[in-house]
Amino acid sequence: MKTKLFLILALALSIVLTGCDSDGGKGSKAGMVGSNAAEKVYVAPGEHDEFYAFLSGGFSGQVSVYGLPSGRLFKVIPVFAQDGEKGYGYNEETKPMLETSHGFVPWDDSHHPELSQTEGIPDGRFLFINGNNTPRIAKIDLRTFETTEIIEIPNSAGNHSSPFTTENSEYLVAGTRFSIPITETDVSVKEYAEKFQGMLTFVSVSPDEVGDMEIDFQILMPGFDYDLAHSGKGPSHGWTFFTTYNTEKASTMKEVNASQNDKDFIAAVNWKKAQEYVKAGKFHTMPSNYLNNEYSDHTHMATSKKMTSTRVLIPSECPGLVYYLPTPKSPHGVDVDPSGEYIVGNGKLSADLTVHSYSKMIKAIEAKAYEKEIDGIPVLKYDQVVAGVVEKPGLGPLHTEFDDKGYAYTTFFISSEVVKWKLGTWEIVDRIPSYYSVGHLMIPGGDSRKPWGKYLVSLNKITKDRYLPTGPELAHSAQLYDISGDKMELLLDFPTIGEPHYAQAIAADIIKDKSLKFYKLDDNKHPHAVKNEKDTRVERKGNEVHVYLTSIRSHFAPDWVEGVKLGDVVYFHLTNLEQDWDVPHGFAVKGANNAELLVMPGQTETLKWIPKAVGVFPMYCTDFCSALHQEMQGYVRVHPANANVKLSWGLNEVEKQEK
Amino acid sequence: MIKTIALFALSMFMLVACGEAGDAQLEKNESGETEAVESAASETAGNDGLGVGPVKSVTIGALDAAMAKEGEDLFTKNCTACHKIEAKFVGPALAGVTERRKPEWIMNMIINPEQMVKEDPVAMELLAEFLAPMANQNITEDQARKIVEYFRQVDSK
Repeated sequence: MKTKLFLILALALSIVLTGCDSDGGKGSKAGMVGSNAAEKVYVAPGEHDEFYAFLSGGFSGQVSVYGLPSGRLFKVIPVFAQDGEKGYGYNEETKPMLETSHGFVPWDDSHHPELSQTEGIPDGRFLFINGNNTPRIAKIDLRTFETTEIIEIPNSAGNHSSPFTTENSEYLVAGTRFSIPITETDVSVKEYAEKFQGMLTFVSVSPDEVGDMEIDFQILMPGFDYDLAHSGKGPSHGWTFFTTYNTEKASTMKEVNASQNDKDFIAAVNWKKAQEYVKAGKFHTMPSNYLNNEYSDHTHMATSKKMTSTRVLIPSECPGLVYYLPTPKSPHGVDVDPSGEYIVGNGKLSADLTVHSYSKMIKAIEAKAYEKEIDGIPVLKYDQVVAGVVEKPGLGPLHTEFDDKGYAYTTFFISSEVVKWKLGTWEIVDRIPSYYSVGHLMIPGGDSRKPWGKYLVSLNKITKDRYLPTGPELAHSAQLYDISGDKMELLLDFPTIGEPHYAQAIAADIIKDKSLKFYKLDDNKHPHAVKNEKDTRVERKGNEVHVYLTSIRSHFAPDWVEGVKLGDVVYFHLTNLEQDWDVPHGFAVKGANNAELLVMPGQTETLKWIPKAVGVFPMYCTDFCSALHQEMQGYVRVHPANANVKLSWGLNEVEKQEK
Repeated sequence: MIKTIALFALSMFMLVACGEAGDAQLEKNESGETEAVESAASETAGNDGLGVGPVKSVTIGALDAAMAKEGEDLFTKNCTACHKIEAKFVGPALAGVTERRKPEWIMNMIINPEQMVKEDPVAMELLAEFLAPMANQNITEDQARKIVEYFRQVDSK
């Protein structure tokens, strides 16, 4: 008996000990994973994560929502790309969200999620993200986690240095990475140096709960590549900093030709000055075609507004508007520390990391310490603005974020590592490998005035052997590090969707209690909503057939429709009558050339369907809703084009016919 | 023997640690919005037909026609997708419901259906029979009282 007990206890103990030894002799591949890493990322079933993290979907065009520290994926929010899962960009209500001056553009390359801020601190109202390819900025409402506005950026190409908010989200910015002839016209690419220009756009955000985006003004700049941006904070609030490369103005083989100059520039834009110039009427009105698409939570519909002009400021006409800070060498990220004093230029081809001083910049401007002027923009003297240099930190610096203890963390793409250094002394205090080739990094609040300096996520470009192989294409990897101690510690490795260029994170408490549970049916102002089964009906308007139907667990009303004829265009307007959390109903009909509907409680959505043959076509609920979900189905009968039939429909004992 | 005791002590420590985690979980569920996983049917079996939920006592007086009219409107909008008065549909026929059930039970079933079908013996039987769970339509207590008045009017005819 005693022996048995001893054996059981010994076995239990050995399991515990083995469990703790998570490094388990695997060594190199796990990297520097400490023995208690699993404990630090374990969020027990039913428990909630400490942070929401919003990762860019990159070339998926979307945003994905993760929990930290668990690395669990909660939602993929469709933004710039159609999403069959949610019907986004397929249903009639959201199609206008993807309209542009180029027509319907159902994809983009999303790069930089950016949380709205109040007094320099993420406030959890909105998340913004740029579309790089067909220049746009989108707004996601963090009560619903849905995209509620997309504004197109005219006179721009490659909207990369975007959206990067100001301290109270007065503005989002949109700097062009690919300079173009402005106004847009067909000139020879060989005339790049003479005829191409860059545009910096300032998009205002209304301070109310709508957060309406509008283009306030644009600034016409020399034809460089405006790569990244960050706005000032604290003392430097009122300024936005943009990195430039290709100050050589090369138009071909940029890989070599755009890397010739020892120094490129950080453009410092005084946007408060810009506001004064706009107010004083010093702008040019430029004809500009762009669309502003807005989604309403009340009508559950998006509408496109056509815009026709922008206000453009020209720096040579507006003294004090823009200055150039010389910065080695093709700087990529430009990052402002929490105090607002230091402006880090991550010179991606430079051996050192250059940090400028805001207060020195202001003194240099006052002293007119100019090296030269470019198109009326003063170039400040390098030694008059530089605060310090982090010497030989690594190879290929790209981005820097900050903690709340006076440290900065910079990613190095080529040497594949994160390096921690001290602001003010510029000394390197720690370094840790990333797997592999890190691009951006993210510390929750790490680009704000108040970082939560507990975790750091590296967003990596190369994956190789990190996960089980999935053929030639692999998920991009992200790594979570604990940065609460002196030494950074790798905790977790998790896959991402598309390319997680950049990310933002915020304490979950700021958002989670505001999260909407369902839309109130009473507030539903959709013109085709039906709010009870009595009002469900089918109407013909010429060759259009409108089916006004409802869903509740678990039936559609009506669940049969006859009298549709070949050549008809059928619109199913489905209202979900449920008034409880987490009871969406889906809707699909055989042969539809778009996608399903996924209708939230209290919401109305519309599926367009053009039957191609005579017959009987099933429709059904696609989102498992109850024990009788499989019974949630119905039929639409399609008659020949010349059939002499009336529309009829019904549910159970109710049967109705067109008058 | 000493070794056995030491190991036993260590195991006990682990069990205690697990126990604490379990308690924390339960507390969170009680205060949070997700209902507790454990049902407490034994406690509520004797709820005197009042059901389980916030409604403990309702005063019933003479039939209030205006209130019944409001109740009818609410019923049409929120309930008729699944309930008919005279016939069994997705849910039970509601004629005679005020004779079968106490007003408190009806109101708790309307405003607290998730807990009712887990803990109230009558509601549990109804779920087993109908399988479609009673939908929570986020009706307020005041609105539920009006719906009861409508049912009383129906049953008085």
